[in-house]
Amino acid sequence: MNTGEKVTYARTFVNVVVEHQSDGKKTPMQIRFDDGRRFDIDKVTERRRAAATKVGGTGIRYTIWIRGKERKLFEDEDRWFVEEIILHR
Amino acid sequence: MVDRTILHVDMNSFYASVEMMLNPSLRGKAVAVCGSTEERHGIVLAKSELAKKAGVKTGMVNWEARRCCPGLIVVPPRYTEYLKYSKLAKEIYCRYTNLVEPYGMDECWLDISFSRTMGNGLEIAEKIRQATKDELGLTVSIGVSFTKTFAKLGSDMKKPDAITTIARDEYEDKVWPLPASDILYCGPATTAKLAKYGIHTIGELAKTNPAFLKRLLGVNGLALWSYANGQDTSRVMPQDYTSPIKSIGHGITCVADLENEEDVYKVILELSQDVGHRLCVHQLAATGVQLWVRANDLSGEQFQCRLPYKTQVALEIANAGFELFKRRYRWSNNVRAVTIRAINLVPQSQPEQLSLYSDYALHDRRGQLQLAIEDIRRRFGKKAIYNAILMDNKLMPEDGRDLVRMPGMMYQ
Repeated sequence: MNTGEKVTYARTFVNVVVEHQSDGKKTPMQIRFDDGRRFDIDKVTERRRAAATKVGGTGIRYTIWIRGKERKLFEDEDRWFVEEIILHR
Repeated sequence: MVDRTILHVDMNSFYASVEMMLNPSLRGKAVAVCGSTEERHGIVLAKSELAKKAGVKTGMVNWEARRCCPGLIVVPPRYTEYLKYSKLAKEIYCRYTNLVEPYGMDECWLDISFSRTMGNGLEIAEKIRQATKDELGLTVSIGVSFTKTFAKLGSDMKKPDAITTIARDEYEDKVWPLPASDILYCGPATTAKLAKYGIHTIGELAKTNPAFLKRLLGVNGLALWSYANGQDTSRVMPQDYTSPIKSIGHGITCVADLENEEDVYKVILELSQDVGHRLCVHQLAATGVQLWVRANDLSGEQFQCRLPYKTQVALEIANAGFELFKRRYRWSNNVRAVTIRAINLVPQSQPEQLSLYSDYALHDRRGQLQLAIEDIRRRFGKKAIYNAILMDNKLMPEDGRDLVRMPGMMYQ
């Protein structure tokens, strides 16, 4: 559906609640944006190094599911970022 | 004997590609990574494919590049980022072999002769190409061959994001028609010498009498002949190999010309901090100091002296370097660049013959001080402690360009 909206992406650094497991694995549990928005992560389906093609850079990419939608979360040098969708009306 | 399988992986337009990967808005545009004109490094260090097509060349002065490519986007270099992506790429290569030899920041040779369970040369090259693209967002071109020199030649033949194979039964067709200057270590002076005798292509070089090449070019002539004939037997250096250290140096082109001895001393002292640190890390000590000075007319001079005792102390290295400078430099021009080097290195633990005329008590105190400084810097960072004379030293550029290691001779 063409709503006339233009979509761009921004690399947005976020706070992440992470569970550190005894075998050294990390599982992100919740994303918190600086403006207060919080999203619980329902599941993590993939973890691999990958380039963030939409916003640039690279990192360990977690494929996560939030409220039934697939999203990508990146960890690069102990900082976490998402490819945030920006709508321009 | 079964042929070796050597890959040469070359990251395309490395600095420019990293900049475009980090900033997607630059993609598909003419981009050049250039040093700063204000800091007197205003030349093109790398350029994107589009800029290349417009005629921008590495080494061009900034204004020249802008003139031949109007609309060129110029970005400053970020060496720490380049170092990071160079390291990440190397991690990908190390999945296939431990024989990984870097050649500068953006090129590596890989010997995958013993990695057959992971695929043949072409298959592994394809996996590396794909992984670098997926994981780092960067493209590479790869040469697959049975010698290091042909693999390097192969990686230059198709760019970007491509693989070229040069097998033993193909090299006469693929390599020999290429200009002689394409082969490694055949620089402009050698090319000109060869051209005088009608040797223009690699094939002509291969068919020339090696004894003649030795007379003309010395041992390099013989090496070039063996490269051209596919007889390069040089090995790929193991990934954890560190070559024996013969000297430790640090040099810089200053932000502004140095106009007096005090400024020169500040720069020498600052550079010596790094030299002293690296001597400590490698547990070596200097018994000599070498100073290289470039004047603002671009002429260079080199001086060296022996030290009365072996030392790791930055202050002693700097003082020896500065004494050399005062004694030998004639100040016909102001100074543009300085390099200080610790030479004639010996193990720090090696016993030494004492001299009656040296002040060992002072030397020992300085040694203790250096160790304390090293410890503070290890715990709190490089800038946690420094000489008061170096406060607000604006003569040194701080963009991390000293992190770059230029390619040297390939491992034999």
